Amino acid sequence: MIEETLIPKIGVVTDIRKDTPDVKTFRVVGTDGKKLFKHMPGQCAMVSIPGVGECMFSITSSPTNEEYMEFSIKKCGCVTEVIHALEVGQQITVRGPYGKNFPVEEDFKGKDLLFIAGGIGLAPLRSVINYVRHYRSNYGKVVIVYGARSKDDLVDIDEIQNEWVNEPNTDVYLTIDRPQEGWDGHVGFVPSYVKELGLDPNMTAVLCGPPIMIKFTLQGLLELGFDKSRIFTTLELRMKCGVGKCGRCNVGDKFVCKDGPVFRMTELDELPDEY
Amino acid sequence: MLKISKSNLNALYAKINETMGLFIPIKKAGEVNYAVWGEGKEVSLETLKTVKSPKNMFFPQTENMMKFKTEGKNIEIIDVRDEKRPFVLFGVKACDYKAIEVLDKVFLADPVDTYYKARRDATTIVTLACSKPEESCFCKVFDIDATGAYGDVTVWMDEENLYWQANTEKGEALTATVRELFAEGGEAEVAAQQSATKAIIDQLPFSNLDLSKFKPENLNELFDAAEWEEMSEACLGCGTCTFVCPTCQCFDIRDFKTHEGVIRYRCWDSCMYSDFTLMAHGNSRTTQMQRFRQRFMHKIVYYPSQNDGLYSCVGCGRCVNKCPQNLNIVKVIKKLGGKAND
Ligand SMILES: Cc1cc2nc3c(=O)[nH]c(=O)nc-3n(C[C@H](O)[C@H](O)[C@H](O)COP(=O)(O)OP(=O)(O)OC[C@H]3O[C@@H](n4cnc5c(N)ncnc54)[C@H](O)[C@@H]3O)c2cc1C
Ligand code: SF4
Ligand code: SF4
Ligand code: FES
Repeated sequence: MIEETLIPKIGVVTDIRKDTPDVKTFRVVGTDGKKLFKHMPGQCAMVSIPGVGECMFSITSSPTNEEYMEFSIKKCGCVTEVIHALEVGQQITVRGPYGKNFPVEEDFKGKDLLFIAGGIGLAPLRSVINYVRHYRSNYGKVVIVYGARSKDDLVDIDEIQNEWVNEPNTDVYLTIDRPQEGWDGHVGFVPSYVKELGLDPNMTAVLCGPPIMIKFTLQGLLELGFDKSRIFTTLELRMKCGVGKCGRCNVGDKFVCKDGPVFRMTELDELPDEY
Repeated sequence: MLKISKSNLNALYAKINETMGLFIPIKKAGEVNYAVWGEGKEVSLETLKTVKSPKNMFFPQTENMMKFKTEGKNIEIIDVRDEKRPFVLFGVKACDYKAIEVLDKVFLADPVDTYYKARRDATTIVTLACSKPEESCFCKVFDIDATGAYGDVTVWMDEENLYWQANTEKGEALTATVRELFAEGGEAEVAAQQSATKAIIDQLPFSNLDLSKFKPENLNELFDAAEWEEMSEACLGCGTCTFVCPTCQCFDIRDFKTHEGVIRYRCWDSCMYSDFTLMAHGNSRTTQMQRFRQRFMHKIVYYPSQNDGLYSCVGCGRCVNKCPQNLNIVKVIKKLGGKAND
């Protein structure tokens, strides 16, 4: 059979974890029990339920995990609703990997890294963070700031509280939007928390989350003296093909599926404001 | 160069049809479009602009891509790609031929679109030089020679004869199968026709549009131009311009449930539609102005920026003729292209 990127592979859901009221994480392997394909942190895949539709998701597991792939999926429409109703053992289809990854082997190496995520924005960041943990000695200090609406909306809280906080030379800061019973951590929005923390502006920063959070956090970082060429983020546009052919996901002369979804802030500055 | 009397063209079509499929402009219900040739069909090579461009020969309006069968928790994927029978696409004008090259850069770029490539590989393209260009034509602006030799074979036609010249190996192979119907000659007639046609083209109203402003380095300036609002005001978002355009290639991928399983197909889509970029939590283009701007910026700024300066408009003039609101790319070029276009 001639290779065709639009024809997916079959994946089997081997584990489902309910992270928050509307986010579940799905573990997927091929029909042979092995990982479907290799990827790099920040890359995405098209997941589909035949007859319902195809959607793009970040591969949230780290490339260093050689057994399986994971997707953290927020329920917000027709396809994601059906995905949320899946049971272990169900087959789905997957194709990819698509897009440019975070420059973990280039720009990030040897640098102090700041990861800032809001809500489901943790999905692409989790892949990088676990990659950096795996090759820990290649990177400097790691600071993670993660916020969500409430404590129940923090995705992957077990991994964060049991593993990330214990990592050497790593600081983890969590915050929720409003006070809540049983939460003695920080309360407040991510952008203002970032400013309060008085972070070292020489770090290389990665931002993922809703557009509004990115906008205000970016402002905060710039006020702290961060350099735009060392701030990275991901964009999310409607996608169909994933390979720059269906014409759907462009911002100016860039296709987010192919030239992104990872962008350097200075690259985004050169593009028209249409995302 | 070879020549054949026009009274003998049916024999030529029949001969080609013996070894390969033949798609040629055919008149049906008052409209001329590329369709399968057969005895008794009304061929209309004289028609300058088929309503639909020949792009659907390679990129059909709808196309099944694969089939899924589900049983319990299991899924089976059935590859529906089949071997394509070789075919000849006959009568393609220079602009439409150049449009196929524009599509090639999208569909044949890595990773290659195998659906498109299979059809491309199976085709021998016979182009037909123009001799009666009309007012809406502006291929010259894009350095396309409407009288020139493009594709695998080029033919020129005058009142009496059709003149034939092979340009590629594929073209030579096709020539060998029909050679017996032809006599030698025609160089002088073709040369005379070419210079007469070029003289007409030089006089066409849009032949001297100036594109020098439409460069990647002006991307943001053009994007921010205040004129988009007024230019797009009347746009209905009907998508006609994108469907008739030989270079528009946006598509959708959809699933269709049948009693024998799910069929995943692709179909033409249009950036002029309001749900084109609609997402669960927002839309990157909420106004018709933004969608209108996307279509024209893509043709003359974004695509060239991605493809070494090649424009993805070929000046076929279809959008000029077909837009119900009389909006088109010529107006955009004139409005935003600076003084030279006044
Ligand atoms: C590069 C990229 C990475 C993403 N990563 C994740 C992730 O890790 N986790 C996660 O939960 N979500 C992610 N998303 C968003 C996810 O693709 C949408 O939430 C999902 O497509 C919604 O589909 P739906 O059918 O349930 O919603 P509906 O609103 O019913 O969708 C209808 C159609 O719109 C499209 N669509 C809707 N929303 C979006 C959207 N935000 N982006 C793109 N297409 C959309 C879908 O393809 C679908 O065909 C990502 C999107 C992109 C582009
Ligand atoms: S420009 Fe004209 S043809 Fe194109 S969508 Fe608008 S009204 Fe329709
Ligand atoms: S934009 Fe208009 S003139 Fe240009 S190729 Fe498309 S239909 Fe033809
Ligand atoms: S998703 Fe098709 S071009 Fe990007």
